[in-house]
Amino acid sequence: MTGLVRQPTSAGTRAAPVPAGRPLRRAREGRYALALLTPALVVVFGIILYPLGRTLVLSFLDADSVVEAAYGFVGVRNYADLVTDPAFWQTVGRTAVFTVFSTGIELVVGVLLAQFLNQRIPGQWLFRTAVIVVWAVPTIVNANMWRWILNPNYGALNGLLLRLGLIDHYQDWIGGPGRALYVVAVVDAWKTIPLVAILLLAGMQTIPADIYEAAAIDGAGALRRFRHMTLPLLKPVIAVVIVLRTIEAFKVFDIIYIMTRGGPASGTTTIAFYAYLQAFSNQRFGLGSAIAFLTALFILALSLVYLRALRQTGSGR
Amino acid sequence: MSLQRREFLGLGVAAGTAAFLAACGVPGGSSGSGATGPLRALFMKQAGYSESDINAMIGAFKAAYPKVPVEATFVAYEALHDKIVTSAAAGKFDVVLIDGQWLTEFATKKMIIDVTSRFKPDWKTTMLPVEEIVRYQDRDYAMPWVVGGKLFYYNKKLLADNGVAETDMKTWDGVLGAARTLKKKGAVKFPFVWSWAQAECVIVDYGSLLAAFGGRWQDDQGKFVFNTGGGVTALEWMKSTIDEGLTDPSSLKYIEDDVKRVLLQGQAAMVLNWDYVASAAKDPQQSKVVGDIVVTTSPIGPSGAGPACTGSSNLAITTGCERVDDAWNFVTFLASPAQQEAHPDNITPIWADSYSKASVLGDNPELAKAHGEQLKSVTDRPKVNNYNAISQVIQQQIQAALYGQQSPQAALDTAVEKANELATA
Repeated sequence: MTGLVRQPTSAGTRAAPVPAGRPLRRAREGRYALALLTPALVVVFGIILYPLGRTLVLSFLDADSVVEAAYGFVGVRNYADLVTDPAFWQTVGRTAVFTVFSTGIELVVGVLLAQFLNQRIPGQWLFRTAVIVVWAVPTIVNANMWRWILNPNYGALNGLLLRLGLIDHYQDWIGGPGRALYVVAVVDAWKTIPLVAILLLAGMQTIPADIYEAAAIDGAGALRRFRHMTLPLLKPVIAVVIVLRTIEAFKVFDIIYIMTRGGPASGTTTIAFYAYLQAFSNQRFGLGSAIAFLTALFILALSLVYLRALRQTGSGR
Repeated sequence: MSLQRREFLGLGVAAGTAAFLAACGVPGGSSGSGATGPLRALFMKQAGYSESDINAMIGAFKAAYPKVPVEATFVAYEALHDKIVTSAAAGKFDVVLIDGQWLTEFATKKMIIDVTSRFKPDWKTTMLPVEEIVRYQDRDYAMPWVVGGKLFYYNKKLLADNGVAETDMKTWDGVLGAARTLKKKGAVKFPFVWSWAQAECVIVDYGSLLAAFGGRWQDDQGKFVFNTGGGVTALEWMKSTIDEGLTDPSSLKYIEDDVKRVLLQGQAAMVLNWDYVASAAKDPQQSKVVGDIVVTTSPIGPSGAGPACTGSSNLAITTGCERVDDAWNFVTFLASPAQQEAHPDNITPIWADSYSKASVLGDNPELAKAHGEQLKSVTDRPKVNNYNAISQVIQQQIQAALYGQQSPQAALDTAVEKANELATA
């Protein structure tokens, strides 16, 4: 033991040796740091790790009552039941379709909207405010609002389009099991596009204006500048948006619960809604926990893949 | 007042610990029912007694029992079951309103208490024959409150204007013929609208038709057999009304409240629905067809009977309740003849004598008459432990058939196979 320690500086260079005569102070600082972190650690443990662990434990039990104190251990039976159940895989497929479709719309429309919001036009503040208002609407309000707007017999959309002469009779916009999932995805995207646009707008505003000017002088048109300059420079922000929105879309529950409750003909039953049905409607808490835990694992894996891609994107700049 | 660093950190730890403990409310948790606070009751706001009726009853209870405060919570029917389940571990409610279909599930899972010893012997004669609805394995688990079968409503003006006799409304054959006539004459785009959404309501409508067409849910051994005989015919009949353009296709997304709105807007001629529609049909604020809607019993099918699927709302006391005597006083007060007779607009009482009183018959004597007649011919949904899971399977398969994804026979075969698996799971 040398009696000296070296500490890195923020510049990455080595600092001068520190005398070892300050152990008490260091210990005090360590305790202070721990004390500061403890509340956050307790909260993280309480609302993330403990429920996750408890969910894992429940998934190995035959938990079929909310007031029963002891449940039988069934090993991996709940998982085996799931993977052999075609209905489970159908919900996984539906959830994947919903996620890809919803995130895709949000990204495409979000980029276009961000591009518009980035223009210097009179009254721009009004457009930006309007966009934020849409995002600020609670999901439950948004879902109820669209449920009424799309109602086939007394919905506002039918009334508007009929008065404009665009349709000659009322339409069932949500449609059957084949179309309903896409309609719900569009409604979900409508609420989230503003968030995506604002994130992308923030990214666009970090791009120096002079490179656009230089490109314009060189004869690059607006479309070309957008394709060869804006999009490549927005890649890191787009990656973040994809990570966030994919995870959120995969967990979709509230909009399904309000708009369709999984119907028609289970056409909008996504994995989170399926877990809810099994756990709370059917009181099959073990099975519901197994679905929830598999979902958490999938999202974790997805996050890791994205984060890795994000890191590569970042280092590639 | 300023906080020292240690106090601040202590508060942070305490708050964090509280959050941690709050997150521990999982199945198997202990009861948290308060023995000293108000009696906490959970109701639904969608059908049956209205929220204002219930609040008036609670007001009367508070006047009669000033030392027993009551705190009422109202949720939509679709959220009621899951609200009861999710709140059970924390003992959040002392009294819960339950659909008769959930009684077996809640009783076997010990979520509600046995109240057999509290049932008064004379109720067997003074009450309509509704005790069976709250019984499971010869024990009573709730106080009956709202009991009835789905009733049949039709727009008599639409029928008369298009030369359809009201006597046709007595049979499903006559109803179908009337629908074809109305469609042909363009009286209404879709004569029928139903509550066939992927929800419990489609089970109720299918159950009524199943019985009318001579089918049955289960055989004598309890095995599901609705994929035979009248069960298949009923579903084929439902599908054919869609294919013929007689049923509004939106029915596949509608629950009873939607059906009520469409009927009262004058956009449909004939529907099945609960008793509360009768008073709404007379309310100019809700109805564009005041005076045109007739309420009667469910039409007779090929089986020779016109049974309607029962629906009931019953008041149960939760296992976590620590004030059972107060809770029982409360539920019997709400279900008492005096309270039920004071609020007859939407609901007909469970007491036989009430039907001879002018205050009950009031503006709706035809509702009381139809209700009484319909109670003589009703059909139940299956009484099985994991009913909800089985119901979901049947709902999905009925919708698959109605959307044309499968034939009615194939859909019901799948439903029966899964239902039998779940019943024995």
